[in-house]
Amino acid sequence: MESAPSISGEKSFGLVKTNYFTFERFAFRSGRILGPVTLAYETYGTLNNKKNNAILIAHALSGSAHAAGFHTEHDQYPGWWDLYIGPGKPFDTERYFIISSNVIGGCSGSTGPSSINPETGKPFGLDFPMVTIQDMVNAQLQLLQHLGIEKLLSIAGGSMGGMQAVKWAIAYPGMVNSVIAIATSASLSAQGIALNEVGRQAIMNDPNWNNGNYYGSKGPDAGLSLARMIGHITYLSETHMHEKFGRRFQEEDLSTSSFKNAFMVESYLHYQGDKFVDRFDANSYLYISKAIDYFDLKKDYGNLHDAFADVSANFLVISFTSDWLYPSAQSKEIVQALRANGKNVMYTDIETDMGHDTFLIDYEPLKKNISNFLKREFERISKE
Amino acid sequence: MNLPAYPGYDLIIAEIAPGSKVLDLGCGDGALLEKLREEKQVTPYGVEISEDGVWKCVEKGLYCYQGDIDEGLSDYKENSFDYVILNQTLQITKRPAYVLREMMRISRNAIVSFPNFGYFVTRLQLLVKGRMPKNILLPYEWHETPNIHHLTIRDFQNFCMVNGYPVKKEYHFSVSPRGAPRRISMLPNLFAQYGFFMLDGERLVDLNRSVNL
Repeated sequence: MESAPSISGEKSFGLVKTNYFTFERFAFRSGRILGPVTLAYETYGTLNNKKNNAILIAHALSGSAHAAGFHTEHDQYPGWWDLYIGPGKPFDTERYFIISSNVIGGCSGSTGPSSINPETGKPFGLDFPMVTIQDMVNAQLQLLQHLGIEKLLSIAGGSMGGMQAVKWAIAYPGMVNSVIAIATSASLSAQGIALNEVGRQAIMNDPNWNNGNYYGSKGPDAGLSLARMIGHITYLSETHMHEKFGRRFQEEDLSTSSFKNAFMVESYLHYQGDKFVDRFDANSYLYISKAIDYFDLKKDYGNLHDAFADVSANFLVISFTSDWLYPSAQSKEIVQALRANGKNVMYTDIETDMGHDTFLIDYEPLKKNISNFLKREFERISKE
Repeated sequence: MNLPAYPGYDLIIAEIAPGSKVLDLGCGDGALLEKLREEKQVTPYGVEISEDGVWKCVEKGLYCYQGDIDEGLSDYKENSFDYVILNQTLQITKRPAYVLREMMRISRNAIVSFPNFGYFVTRLQLLVKGRMPKNILLPYEWHETPNIHHLTIRDFQNFCMVNGYPVKKEYHFSVSPRGAPRRISMLPNLFAQYGFFMLDGERLVDLNRSVNL
């Protein structure tokens, strides 16, 4: 899931670089302990003297720490949420201090299955511990402590990023003033798990996967590409696909038995799949997608109501009407549990044809609501 | 004469005790809640079906839920609020009886105001012209009206009696050409444009408890 190029007239945060924070020891929820562990992160803007303007951005399945700006002047694309993070943008870097970190288990600079296991001197592969959303949050906690941030103005994310945001508010209520949870869920549906599993099977059935030991040789590119193609279908809506591609032909050729890309939608998916292989590790895809599947607040806390009992953050929850991967009803469930606990929550179900990926595109209603919510929350805590 | 933008706002604001917790069902752009926050320092909550309304609430920093007003009411514990307000919305709701029952359960006070179908102008339009009334209270053609549950002040009084909802206060009113509400004490079901009721949600809960014993 990445954003469209944003060479719009809007100001960009400009050149940024990824930082790396390494800590000695990390205890996974599974009981495994690893160390040292590194998190890749980027920051945009300046932490103010009161240290009350910090916002943590949590990325989705295929994201990275690079959320805004450009790494070099020659970059074709900016960070994945550049449309939303920058000067004058909803996550206004002139006002707030934005932190974006790559999740533990990832492959964009954070310790994950493609990192070297210090015990063996070889990449972890499947020796890497199972990762949960809680682990991602706990690793981010270490990063925040390193950056000297005791309380976040907000934590924001869409999809799996929303899961992290919600989990943050539950696990560390004293550290979170507000949460922006977009197109997310307290637990992925059976349909969502099923689609993730098909993606994982595509990787695992690629002969090059080799039980996860493919580093140094040709990896399971075909499998990972196929997983990404399946993912992309789930991020769009039927209406949006129809509008974007319809039944338009790339090339129509009935003279030979050819199964080349005949339709535009086919070549689009292939392009997305091929592009993904260049920047993502197949084992990370397995681990992170499984973390999404395992996330279940209802199971962890008995029921959703009890999960939110001790939360003190104010919430902005946003769903999209055409999102069938994380349908609106799943956001409503979170909102209703918060309301029943007497918590402060704003909820809007934004009308859109763009499906789950709406949060990554240039969408004014989303920008406006994030911007207004943050302004109000910042005003509120500035008075305290 | 135009329909006042916010009929009965002043009456509602006057009734609400400072510092209380208020839920406005069908809060629109949050104008009433914002006034209540400014003038009565209430903790405001809203429910609104329209995107535009909810987004304006977000802009104002009001905690608002986008959905049908009867959605999720059952999640709230008894007496979660000091006041629940249903202002000019009862006649639009799909399940008015359910909404009122939930309001009585989740709040100490329920404030209900609605256009009175028994208003003489409305009655005359149907009687004399033989057509569905269309006037400042009911500005819609029959085929485009959102009002699916028309009622009169007497209907509501009867409804409260039958359901055992204690009426704390009635303050039926009409709106002057300048928009100020004017109380109608004489034959309100005939002469008041709007019904205005404050119901006692606390006594209802007590009543239920004693029945259960």
